[in-house]
Amino acid sequence: MADLRVNLCGKTLQSPVIAASGTFGFGVEYENIVDLKKLGAVSGKGLTLEGKYGNEGERLWETPSGLINSIGLQNPGVQHFIDNELPQMLQLGCASMANLGGSTIETYEEGARLLDKTDIDFIELNISCPNVKAGGIAYGVKAESAREVVSRVRKCTSKPMIVKLSPNAENIVEMALACEEAGADGLSLVNTFQAMAIDLEKRRPVFHNVFAGLSGPAIRPIALRMVYQVCGAVKVPVVGLGGIATARDALEFIMAGATAVQVGTANFMDPKACEKIADGIAGWMDAHGVKTLDEIRGAARV
Amino acid sequence: MRAANCEVVVLRNEKQAENILLLTALWDASTPAPKAGQFYMLRAWGADEAPLLSRPISLHSFDPELREISFLYEVKGTGTEKLAALGTGDHLQLTGPAGNGFPIEGKKVALAGGGIGTAPLLQLAKELKNAGAEVHFFAGFRDEPYRLAAFAAVCDNVQIATDTGRVGHHGFVTDLLDPEQFDVVYTCGPEIMMEKVARMCLAKGVRVYVSKEAKMACGLGACLGCTCKSKNGGVSVCKDGPVFEGSVFYG
Ligand SMILES: Cc1cc2nc3c(=O)[nH]c(=O)nc-3n(C[C@H](O)[C@H](O)[C@H](O)COP(=O)(O)OP(=O)(O)OC[C@H]3O[C@@H](n4cnc5c(N)ncnc54)[C@H](O)[C@@H]3O)c2cc1C
Repeated sequence: MADLRVNLCGKTLQSPVIAASGTFGFGVEYENIVDLKKLGAVSGKGLTLEGKYGNEGERLWETPSGLINSIGLQNPGVQHFIDNELPQMLQLGCASMANLGGSTIETYEEGARLLDKTDIDFIELNISCPNVKAGGIAYGVKAESAREVVSRVRKCTSKPMIVKLSPNAENIVEMALACEEAGADGLSLVNTFQAMAIDLEKRRPVFHNVFAGLSGPAIRPIALRMVYQVCGAVKVPVVGLGGIATARDALEFIMAGATAVQVGTANFMDPKACEKIADGIAGWMDAHGVKTLDEIRGAARV
Repeated sequence: MRAANCEVVVLRNEKQAENILLLTALWDASTPAPKAGQFYMLRAWGADEAPLLSRPISLHSFDPELREISFLYEVKGTGTEKLAALGTGDHLQLTGPAGNGFPIEGKKVALAGGGIGTAPLLQLAKELKNAGAEVHFFAGFRDEPYRLAAFAAVCDNVQIATDTGRVGHHGFVTDLLDPEQFDVVYTCGPEIMMEKVARMCLAKGVRVYVSKEAKMACGLGACLGCTCKSKNGGVSVCKDGPVFEGSVFYG
């Protein structure tokens, strides 16, 4: 029998499959659909210190094998999350990750201080939300600004801190190295690609903010390339994501060197996607006589 | 009860009018029983096939004895075209029941539907009748009405308006409705019609429930793609709704 457990930043996850932030609520929404014990963790909806309404106008747009979203970090705020959603999240049967975004470094710091006092397992620092003006994106593009926010937040928490990277970074490897040096315990990549769509009838961009974030299978091969590059450069564990929809996809990221994977948009294509991917990985391992993922992690690296 | 996900078998998929079909499937009794105003995310195509998102469709009618669940839908684009291609014995993925559903209230109530917005009102009429209410159904269609026999079998009174004058009153459904005669009014249809109905009711102090639509990805309250601005701030159509008191939007 395949052993799906993986060690992520010192914590044992029961499987390498993590539900990606923004696609899985705070996990409870799926408790009657997915056997959450088969997941390694759930990364909750992106939080900011103060609650946010999110973006105006169109929020979703389908593309061939992809989805462009402009949610804009709608969330109840960190303290509301701690008081209301976190208690249920801690009962899901898998590890929990709080995804923390921000606008100024001070709001990141304050959010991290609040989360540090809770029982959440991981903090996923989102320096890459493309949908918030002056929020995250600047930190996600320039390695030096990322270094600053990560090192400042690092001082506010002793939780395992995973920094979520944007594919829109000027140079993904430099970005990864800067975050590692600034104290990240792990990295997750990639967030959505900046994209757009145009409404022909209105002759205007579909999205109020003009640009929005593309996810889904359409981005997977590029995400895989970036994960491969980053895994070759850093020592901290890497969580791979970007369009993963099947066990085969997940195994590709693991063979590229990822410790674990996140599944996002696929949850909308099949609400059982996370569970099926975990089962599929186990099935593949059994069929190939692979007992633990350590045996194949990075196996495809040349 | 939280939404479940299951695969069901299509029993019938019958044309009702131009581009309007009634899809009946065998209900999976291991999933929570749905109620009027709730909806399901439907998918008749593979996870890896286009369109990427499943499609939200309201419960039209539910019969736990026969184990039949049905959906009334209009063919609009790729998703509903794929639903329309389903035949007896084909499989369909359902995620639901989702959303809050209509509260069952009032002794004398009006249902005001516009076009395909009549879809959730049949199950609502049944539940209201079971609760002992007198149910008046008002519906507006562009040209060709549908499902009138099904409504007539349940409701105490059925009145129709058409834009073309083909059937019933030549004009809008709002011409037929006098909110003051009812304890509660329920409405579903094009936004402009629901707004008119809601404002007519609120002006007379009559309680009104509207069933909203918005593009959605998950249907479960997880993605926040369907958030709408309301008097109470941002609300999720899929989780806080789709049914809201009219005053929340038009008060
Ligand atoms: C809660 C709810 C209940 C609904 N109940 C019914 C019903 O009982 N019968 C019925 O015929 N239709 C219903 N609709 C509308 C139905 O979901 C859309 O007509 C359908 O999604 C169109 O898909 P398509 O691929 O055919 O069209 P496309 O135009 O190709 O769809 C493109 C995108 O827009 C979305 N979309 C398009 N129209 C609507 C709409 N009116 N509301 C929400 N999203 C839309 C689609 O889901 C998809 O994401 C309901 C919508 C909601 C939100």
